[in-house]
Amino acid sequence: MTLLITITILLGIIVLARLMTIVQLSSELTGSSDSQEEQVRHNNSNGFGFIVFMVLGLGLFIYMTIDYSKHLLPVSASEHGVGLDKLLNINWAIIGVVFFITQIALFYFSYKYRDNKKHEAYFYPENYKLELIWTIVPTIVLTTLIITGLKQWNGIFSEKENSMNVQVYGYQFAWITRYSGPDNILGKSNYKLITDDNPLGLDASDPAVKDDIYTTGNEMHIPLGQELKFQFNARDVIHSAYFPHFRAQMNLVPGMNTFFSFKPTITTAEMRKITGNDKFDYVLLCNKICGVAHYTMKMKVVVDTPADFKAWLKSQKKASEVKAAPPVSTLNSTANGSNSI
Amino acid sequence: MEVKQTADVAVEHHDDHTHEHDHHETFLTKYIFSQDHKTIAKQYLITAIIMAFFGMYMSLIFRLQLGFPETKFAFLESLIGKWGKGGRLDPGFYMALVTIHGTIMVFFVLTGGLSGTFSNLLIPLQVGARDMASGFLNMLSFWFFFLSCAVMTYSVYIETGPAAGGWTVYPPLSALPQAMPGSGLGMTLWLVSMVFFIIQSLLGGINYICTVINLRTKGMSMTRLPLTVWAFFITAILGVLTFPVLFAAALLLVFDRSFGTSFYLSDIFIGGVALPQSGGSPVLYEHLFWFLGHPEVYIIILPAFGLTSEVLSTMGRKPIFGYKAMVGSLMAIAFLSCIVWGHHMFVTGMNPFLGAVFTFTTLLVAIPSAVKVFNYLATLWRAKIQLTPAMCFAIGLVSLFISGGLTGIILGDSALDINVHDTYFVVAHFHVVMGASAIFGMLAGVYHWFPRMFGRMMNKTLGYVHFWLTLIAVYGVFFPMHFIGLGGVPRRYYSNSAYEGFDVFLNINTLITVFAFLAAIAQVIFLFNFVYSIFKGKKAPQNPWHSNTLEWTSPAGPGIHGNWNGPIPTVYRWPYDYSKPGADDDYIPQTVPYSQTKNSNLPGEE
Repeated sequence: MTLLITITILLGIIVLARLMTIVQLSSELTGSSDSQEEQVRHNNSNGFGFIVFMVLGLGLFIYMTIDYSKHLLPVSASEHGVGLDKLLNINWAIIGVVFFITQIALFYFSYKYRDNKKHEAYFYPENYKLELIWTIVPTIVLTTLIITGLKQWNGIFSEKENSMNVQVYGYQFAWITRYSGPDNILGKSNYKLITDDNPLGLDASDPAVKDDIYTTGNEMHIPLGQELKFQFNARDVIHSAYFPHFRAQMNLVPGMNTFFSFKPTITTAEMRKITGNDKFDYVLLCNKICGVAHYTMKMKVVVDTPADFKAWLKSQKKASEVKAAPPVSTLNSTANGSNSI
Repeated sequence: MEVKQTADVAVEHHDDHTHEHDHHETFLTKYIFSQDHKTIAKQYLITAIIMAFFGMYMSLIFRLQLGFPETKFAFLESLIGKWGKGGRLDPGFYMALVTIHGTIMVFFVLTGGLSGTFSNLLIPLQVGARDMASGFLNMLSFWFFFLSCAVMTYSVYIETGPAAGGWTVYPPLSALPQAMPGSGLGMTLWLVSMVFFIIQSLLGGINYICTVINLRTKGMSMTRLPLTVWAFFITAILGVLTFPVLFAAALLLVFDRSFGTSFYLSDIFIGGVALPQSGGSPVLYEHLFWFLGHPEVYIIILPAFGLTSEVLSTMGRKPIFGYKAMVGSLMAIAFLSCIVWGHHMFVTGMNPFLGAVFTFTTLLVAIPSAVKVFNYLATLWRAKIQLTPAMCFAIGLVSLFISGGLTGIILGDSALDINVHDTYFVVAHFHVVMGASAIFGMLAGVYHWFPRMFGRMMNKTLGYVHFWLTLIAVYGVFFPMHFIGLGGVPRRYYSNSAYEGFDVFLNINTLITVFAFLAAIAQVIFLFNFVYSIFKGKKAPQNPWHSNTLEWTSPAGPGIHGNWNGPIPTVYRWPYDYSKPGADDDYIPQTVPYSQTKNSNLPGEE
């Protein structure tokens, strides 16, 4: 079978090569090969091609933008996300205008100034004024965009008042969320304390650990209208906590605490109404390549009313149940292949 | 002492040397261990084309998985063996394919292939030198490149599979063999291959810089250099400055992997074991990697710009608009590209203040880039355009660069990056702006300088078919991808079935896969044209495009080692005197003195 395919392909190549030779020879005989006339014909057909490509391309661009917009993310479910979406739309508007002007100019010029034996080129090596204009105008536009963008950026990363501390913990290939409880302090943890019963490596000797609560299932809840300060930690490799519907993302880096704050503004139930999809759920995805099953690393996120959230929290695991265990020795681990190639 | 000899030839026997070889050339010295820059350029080109097809073939396999996730392809098992058992692609091998596809395309095709081919071919020919400053180092450079390609290719076929942590190979994933199978031997081979690659890049880069500075012919002042040479020159400087940093990053990774150090590792519990390493930071690796990684994308695109400038001007029969601004913007882009690496790290836990700084510098890069695009448009305005395949590809580059560059404004804005970071939006953006766009530049270069390389013409009709299929397919693949990204789909996902909300994108993914195959078919047409034309193409005239630059004055065909019989030509003018009012012809080669063109001289040109 493979042999047959190989032979067919080889024969095909040989036939093509022979055909090419014939075409080439015949065009040389008729004298049309590579002459100016031939190039003018190519200029006409390809110039026309550019116009068709431009019209169809821009048409499809508009059509697809309208058609696909319904598949994009629904309205932002976080406070800062609304501002980001607005900023994104402003950017799109400016980009769209520049895109249309430059692409149309490019393809139109390629068509209009093709050599059709009817005009000569215009010797025009420079024009400082023009160049100055198209240096300064983008500078002004970009500066405006930078400033509006950075305002939002600084807002997102500024310290918020009355925020609830929540830890999002990632490992190959699942998530755990820990809530800081009434004291609003995430108790200490140590990766050397990790066991099957203590997946977060909580340090039971720290009093702040006692009231912490963490998830055991593949579902986290967050209360509506509450400013949340997420602390991200990874157990093994870099992960990234991506909450697309809340316009939030932050990497989880082993050995480091990273943070991101947002305030959910739409409950899951309300969002189901908005999207018209009664199966809709928010999601937390891993967005940094973390291993073979990277694509399965996700967690369902539910935005509850504060009352529902409190009730749900009771069903989760209490850190006070974690027994204090001595740190595991790491000496053995060297023999366990961490350093082997 | 071949090194000394070549250098002597180029420098001392400048005016009166008739180049003849003192020694007999064997097959081995002429085609394998050649020190002739033209042969080395061809070696680079052919190796890069082979690697490009390898990389493309990988992308087709993972596109099959993304476009038809439920379908079993029986032929996969015979193609990739145990990784395609039962006609389904293995998720681990999917990661490996994505990783090696990226590595091959970024480093071997668009860095080695593009710079290696055209810097080697055009720098000596266009500045008027007999060869590179050091032919021997140049030869070494190619063979390190070859070795690097060979090791990377070999790594695909080992038991545990090649490196699979993404082309950026972030530790700890890449540092710990227990984190994924590809981080074992595959990752070691990846690092070995990259070390060879960095060596070739430095050997090549130093050579290019020396040649441009020292070996320009009489009259070839820096302001008379073709923009191609300017682009290669600045690219080489950029590479020499940044590749050593990648070497440092790789070296520390080797230490962490093999010698128990903790540069990048800290507080890790994996495989049921708490590792002893502490105090390191993966973010350090990210900084080191992207200090090269970002300039790297400009190392890719600048040569493509250079080739495009030359083709647009020559085939537009019109001087490039704003020569000085073009050189200035090349320099500005090169400088700024070294201080923007942090925009790959907005959400890595880097201090948000730094994020703000990097947003600022990043959007600054957009300014010289915009100047380049506007200058290209002004070059086309009122030109007399010859739409040869090379010209079509050059125009395609401009179109793609606009499309991809504009989405960069969104990604460069730290606030907007939060929600599209590492999604398909990024994949679409960089494939358009530096992947496809640089490939278009490279193809423009191949079509334009093929006669100079092989002394024969490529078939035009096949060239046009190749161009149109490629243009349509590239937009067909990458335009819809933006929507998937805006829909929140992360990149490097083996399957999007994990979240129900992504099901709506399955149709788009199928469409993208179909276009990917169309693009592949178009490249097969190119390959056929390329190979056929080397042997059977029409014989090329001395100066097929009526170009001004020096490479068209050296003997046609494969040429001779030493480039010119008799003295090296002297240069009297800049390379863009096309359609000068009053001139006899629509081009005046650089070798024509002003005294012979009294009618067309501008004030100050006597």
